[in-house]
Amino acid sequence: MFKIVNREEMAQGTIVLNEIEAPRIARKAKPGQFVILQANEKGERIPLTMADVDPEKGTITIIYMIVGKSTALFGKMRVGEDYFAVIGPLGKATHIEKKGKVVCVGGGTGIAVLHPITRGLKQIGNEVITILGSRNKDLLILEDKMAKVSDTLHICTDDGSRGHHGFVTDVLKDVLEKEDIKLVVAIGPVPMMKFVSKITKEKGVETLVSLNPIMVDGTGMCGGCRVSVGGKTKFACVDGPEFDGHEVDYDELSKRLQAYQSDEKMSMDICKQAEVK
Amino acid sequence: MVETKVKKEQTPRVKMPEQSPEVRRRNFMEVPLGLTPEMAQTEASRCLQCKNPACVEGCPVSVNIPGFINKIVEGDFEGAAITLWQKNALPAVCGRVCPQEIQCEGKCILGKKGTPVAIGYLERFSADYAREKGTVELPKVAPKTGKKVAVIGSGPSGLTVAGDLIVKGHDVTIFEAFHQSGGVLVYGIPEFRLPKAIVASEVSTLEKLGVKIETNSVVGATVTIDELFKEGYDAVYVGVGAGLPRFMNLPGENLIGVFSANEYLTRTNLMKAYLFPEYDTPVARGKNVVVLGAGNVAMDAARTAMRLGAESVKVVYRRSRAEMPARAEELHHAEEEGIEFVLLTNPVQFFGDEKGRLCGMECLKMELGEPDSSGRRRPVAIAGSEYTIECDLAVVSVGAQPNPLLTNATPEITLNKWGNIVAHPVTGKTTKKGVWAGGDIVTGMATVILAMGAGREAANSIHDYLTIGW
Repeated sequence: MFKIVNREEMAQGTIVLNEIEAPRIARKAKPGQFVILQANEKGERIPLTMADVDPEKGTITIIYMIVGKSTALFGKMRVGEDYFAVIGPLGKATHIEKKGKVVCVGGGTGIAVLHPITRGLKQIGNEVITILGSRNKDLLILEDKMAKVSDTLHICTDDGSRGHHGFVTDVLKDVLEKEDIKLVVAIGPVPMMKFVSKITKEKGVETLVSLNPIMVDGTGMCGGCRVSVGGKTKFACVDGPEFDGHEVDYDELSKRLQAYQSDEKMSMDICKQAEVK
Repeated sequence: MVETKVKKEQTPRVKMPEQSPEVRRRNFMEVPLGLTPEMAQTEASRCLQCKNPACVEGCPVSVNIPGFINKIVEGDFEGAAITLWQKNALPAVCGRVCPQEIQCEGKCILGKKGTPVAIGYLERFSADYAREKGTVELPKVAPKTGKKVAVIGSGPSGLTVAGDLIVKGHDVTIFEAFHQSGGVLVYGIPEFRLPKAIVASEVSTLEKLGVKIETNSVVGATVTIDELFKEGYDAVYVGVGAGLPRFMNLPGENLIGVFSANEYLTRTNLMKAYLFPEYDTPVARGKNVVVLGAGNVAMDAARTAMRLGAESVKVVYRRSRAEMPARAEELHHAEEEGIEFVLLTNPVQFFGDEKGRLCGMECLKMELGEPDSSGRRRPVAIAGSEYTIECDLAVVSVGAQPNPLLTNATPEITLNKWGNIVAHPVTGKTTKKGVWAGGDIVTGMATVILAMGAGREAANSIHDYLTIGW
């Protein structure tokens, strides 16, 4: 039903790409939208923003880091195997328009989500400056693809093994000083989006972030993905997943992402024990 | 005749055997255990077989109640099920979740002086008997008409429409957003009130009749109604329910541990979080739980929390006992299981710890004032009566609104000011040609059987359209 037709490992096997047959979704999906996936009948429903779609081939691509039991299950599936469920396209598409000079900031697997948006911004005629960050050079993904859709590409690593030794925010500050930037799109870990937004707010530069809170249905039915934006409660699944970066309550989001920490650990431990046996 | 009537009134109404409260409050197995054939026959023999049965008038789908009860008296239990199926595609469900006390049983003549016939128990008995035996023939399907109908949503109204139209010879496909069909019957109503195996069996009967089900299909996102018409569907029925939870907009409502009833129940029921870690989806297991609201969904949430191991569960409601909207049976079951009702109390705000987890809820005490627009006495806050209830889990169960996902993608369907679809009160026709709607998306949150009643009427209207014209 939702067959994996291509599988690649990245970042030393910690990040996995799946291209999945989902013709109805592929026909409709736009950059910025997400799908909900379930590995098997007993599995959890996991939201992931699509990294790519191929309407002609009828496939969608997701890229995820193996962090818990559900992504571990995803990662174990091979080409030819099926996901139990894939639902989408969900959420609002990114509003892509010509602004002038824009900056795209990506971290971790957020780079995968950022790629189609960056491509869209470039195709419509923006000058795109891209800043990518990772812990070290081995964990960096999609550098070549991002280079192709960017006018300028900056790489930052926490350990200095590649590019700038430091955070994406260091480079961003520099770029904002030198250039007249009309829009910043930041997608990555919550702290990254928080600090990028802090800097751009001071400069008054419009900023878009894409949020990935815990969800169940992804259609507005459960409200588990509540986020505070500008003091108002929004559902990331239907009102987002993209929001004005200056208005998001990142601390609340970080806390809510920890809601099931002990359960997640238990699930993962049982999963690992079973593997040992 | 006079003698038999007296005798029938004297036979006491059957008592449904149940799991004892002490045991069931910690398990997810069904609470009522069902009648034995002997009990069913004794109860069925209480029915007066009225010439003008008021019970049938009380039933939104006009089940031939005296007819199926008479089959039970005769010992023809399968015949009873067949009689039920003539009007009701989901008798095992309705026997469990219908509010019989305000419908069929509420109209029963025996209820005027004594207790009404236990119609719900008998319906459940017949449907369960037939399902467990598995020998009952499927209804006959009319010759194929060549017409295609898309049913959006696989809840009670969608299933009714699908069942009615497949039997009339149309080609029917149900589109369901979740990975499993049943709608509120699988995500909302807990296992201990409606075992999911029963829903699966009723759905599989429809599939045996030829109904196709496309799960994982969010109409409005995966495919639009206009695209369904382009794909060759001749008519569309929208029965997507009231899928947008209402919150109270209180300070602290986004703390970890504050849930909508929809999320809490969907995790537990559909995703089977009560079986975590065998199933992967977790749900918060509260020690001290508060449930806000007092409807049937609130009772489901409260009883679920108890089964998930809570030490205390409090239902907090701003009006008094008399105004609690849940069925009497649900309130009774909840109280038996040790759930506390904190009445005339209104939540004001939630408190959290440094990790953003819920640790308390401030409330105000209320008193009843003058009647409001609903005719119920308006609760008025007592100044200075604030106090805090310690809690680590709160389930907000104050109703749901229509989900705009499908209607936003279909602008020709007119909505009312609350976002519900405007549909003809009898036929269910919407303002878009070839599209019908029914159930909670039209009425706002209501009952399973009312949604089924709307489905029945719409199915008749769709059949007329497909065979005669709009």
